[in-house]
Amino acid sequence: MARIGVFVCHCGENIGRTVDCAAVAAAAAKFAGVAHAADYRYMCSDPGQNMIRQAIKEKRLTGVVVAACSPRMHEPTFRRATAESGVNPFLCEMANIREHCSWVHEDRGEATRKAIDLVRVIVEKVKRNQPLLPIRVPVTRRALVIGGGIAGMQAALDIANGGHEVILVEKEPSIGGHMAQLSETFPTLDCSQCILTPRMVEVAQHPRIKLYAYSEVDSVKGFIGNFEVSIRRKATSVNDALCTGCGACQAACPMGKIPSEFNRGLGTRKAIYSPFPQAVPNKPVLDQANCMRYRAAAKKGVPAAQSTVCGKCQQACPIQPQKAVDFSLCQDTFVTEKVGAIVVASGFDLMPMSQFGEYGYGKYADMIDGLQFERLASASGPTQGAIKRPSDGKEPKEVVFIQCAGSRDNAKGCPYCSKICCMYTAKHTMLYKHKVHDGKAYVFYMDVRAAGKNYDEFWRRAVEEDGAVYLRGRVSRIYKRGGKLVVKGVDTLSGELMEIQADMVVLATAAVAQPGAEQLAQRLNTAYDMYKFFSEAHPKLRPVETNTAGVFLAGACQAPKDIPDAVAQASAAASKVQGLFSSQELERDPTIAHVNEATCAACWYCVDVCPYGAIQKKEIKDKQGRLIKLVAEVNEGVCQGCGLCAATCRSKSVELDGFKDEQVYAEIVAL
Amino acid sequence: MEKKAETEKAVWQPKIIAFVCNWCTYAGADLAGTSRLKYDAHIRVLRLPCTGRIDPLFILKAFERGADGVLVSGCHPGDCHYNTGNYHARRRWTLFRELLEFVGIDLQRLQFAWVSAAEGAKWAEVVNAMVAHVRELGPFEGYHTMLARSGQTLWLAKAGANGGNGSGHDVPGTQPVERSKEKQETE
Repeated sequence: MARIGVFVCHCGENIGRTVDCAAVAAAAAKFAGVAHAADYRYMCSDPGQNMIRQAIKEKRLTGVVVAACSPRMHEPTFRRATAESGVNPFLCEMANIREHCSWVHEDRGEATRKAIDLVRVIVEKVKRNQPLLPIRVPVTRRALVIGGGIAGMQAALDIANGGHEVILVEKEPSIGGHMAQLSETFPTLDCSQCILTPRMVEVAQHPRIKLYAYSEVDSVKGFIGNFEVSIRRKATSVNDALCTGCGACQAACPMGKIPSEFNRGLGTRKAIYSPFPQAVPNKPVLDQANCMRYRAAAKKGVPAAQSTVCGKCQQACPIQPQKAVDFSLCQDTFVTEKVGAIVVASGFDLMPMSQFGEYGYGKYADMIDGLQFERLASASGPTQGAIKRPSDGKEPKEVVFIQCAGSRDNAKGCPYCSKICCMYTAKHTMLYKHKVHDGKAYVFYMDVRAAGKNYDEFWRRAVEEDGAVYLRGRVSRIYKRGGKLVVKGVDTLSGELMEIQADMVVLATAAVAQPGAEQLAQRLNTAYDMYKFFSEAHPKLRPVETNTAGVFLAGACQAPKDIPDAVAQASAAASKVQGLFSSQELERDPTIAHVNEATCAACWYCVDVCPYGAIQKKEIKDKQGRLIKLVAEVNEGVCQGCGLCAATCRSKSVELDGFKDEQVYAEIVAL
Repeated sequence: MEKKAETEKAVWQPKIIAFVCNWCTYAGADLAGTSRLKYDAHIRVLRLPCTGRIDPLFILKAFERGADGVLVSGCHPGDCHYNTGNYHARRRWTLFRELLEFVGIDLQRLQFAWVSAAEGAKWAEVVNAMVAHVRELGPFEGYHTMLARSGQTLWLAKAGANGGNGSGHDVPGTQPVERSKEKQETE
């Protein structure tokens, strides 16, 4: 026979003002199975918790119901107090009479009646609760970091410096991410590559970081502490073990007109290439789609290794006797790594310029985006840092920068602020003016958002010292007249229509999620928002965790952010990983599903609906080892306790701890 | 207090049971509380881990036990804590509603709403709209009339004020099925 104790909290006045707590306790005392009922001003205080501990001992209680705030607030508190008195913590539950009752209702009678109902429901549930023991699972103390941009590198270095092995996966041939493409960084105007490349080398040389460049995460199985990740290593046709990165193959390749992704189409690359001189790892990759030999081989239907076409890269390779360029390495390979935690740092992309037809994109070569401007201004870029417009290589004397190109624009499906554009546009005007002293920089803006340390001072410097002309308003049209791009817009502060004869136009296009972000999120079973950015577990209190235990977020894959924010978030994610790795085992919530093997009909509907693949097929054999039947079995390490299987099971053979059919029906009946 | 309850019984008040998921709607209702938004008191929330845990029989049970309306609410599509639970719930729900309509239950008594953890105000609106609507429709007798028409009686005849005998497994149909299955196994 159940002996339940009911403890009603006044929460000072928060509950007591609207709910007659003494009446609730008195009513609860009459419920079947309730052995003790009391009310107190603050149940969560030390004396309040002592009341529970004492009552458990004196009244030999078998279960505890605390009618107070939301279980999301204080359930751990009261469960701990219950456990301290020797009763299993899962026999303690809370009835939410504050957030769901006293705070939202005004009539004292109605609120009190509702509170009594809510207590009755939870009493009926607790009567049927089972003691549960925490599930302990071992932790593989290795981490996977997805993305080798500044955030991923920072997270990898922090975890590795903390003493744990890190697998770093980067889809491009080199780590470095977007930061490697930048010319200078705001608000200090220090050279981006100068601060980044030492980090890249540190990552490459770190004894505890295993770098898979030109690779992608193919699939993820398992759960916190025990992930199994399959990594696709894209074929490079280069034997990494032999290659010294001398660059002879690149020089020899005759395919010189392939637009360089790293230079965002402003420069060219070869078919066998390393994206930029400081690339890490410094090993070229062969782009089969653009290689003469692969194309010829594919046409003939023979492997590239047997083809005789071109092969200049291989001939140029100085490695002897076996060449590092190896056409037999033409298939993607897969490696499997076991890790205990995953940091997603897959970064962002810019909204494609093709979205800006109204500004004439596609018609005018001298319209570029922010990253293209970075490449123009960068000493390692296609112009060696000289600002030259793409169409004819002339130095532009009037440049129009358009902020919020796509950002804060519902029509472009992007109502959010991309956060970095105000600052980088101010930086662009300065870089431009520092290189073209007689040039004029115009900026069309909606607002200047420069919140951040030294940020406001920075954009003011662009206006006050470098003479950037800021015009508050939108651009309506851009068209060509003579050799100029005519930018028509309005300056809403003066109310005047503006017409600027520009030599070049730079669009600060919106920061959007990486094209493959959605698929990656689905592989990781993590949530993402409507813009395909990864969702954090709580916007304020759990900003680097996801709702999938063991998966953490760093950098712009979560939302657009600048370098300092991305680095800070990466270090935060790394510290979360190290916290997880601080013990050999981890404890997890034991509310999971169980299968009644006697009634399971092996229809496998539960297997189909389980979002985690937590249900396996189990063989039941007799003493002679003959198979009697197959039944479903829940892997308790993987099950997250959603209850989909329980609701789906036709023979009612799956039950979810704490939410058994019996319990839910009892709760319904109690109302 | 009891006296008061009796006098109010004369003025009928709706009984609405809400099945909500733990991660979105329950948290959204918590937010309505912390924001001190006021809404109608005639709603009783039952917390489940996920809308995907909702067995359609729970809803039938609620109507059987005299609920005048049932509200189901969970995470928006794409937001499910368990990735896909709400999609399964939605599919099950679509089918179940058709069945209920077929047997003649007024679907207006059954509402579904996506309420996220950030939508405290929406929760208050949803509850108010639901209660007002059911109040307009009046008490729900449909289940009992239907049973009477088909010549059946309630499985659980006695409706104890304190929650019946709590045996739980009193949904028509479930027990006999289970028993026959068990029999087969033992044989």
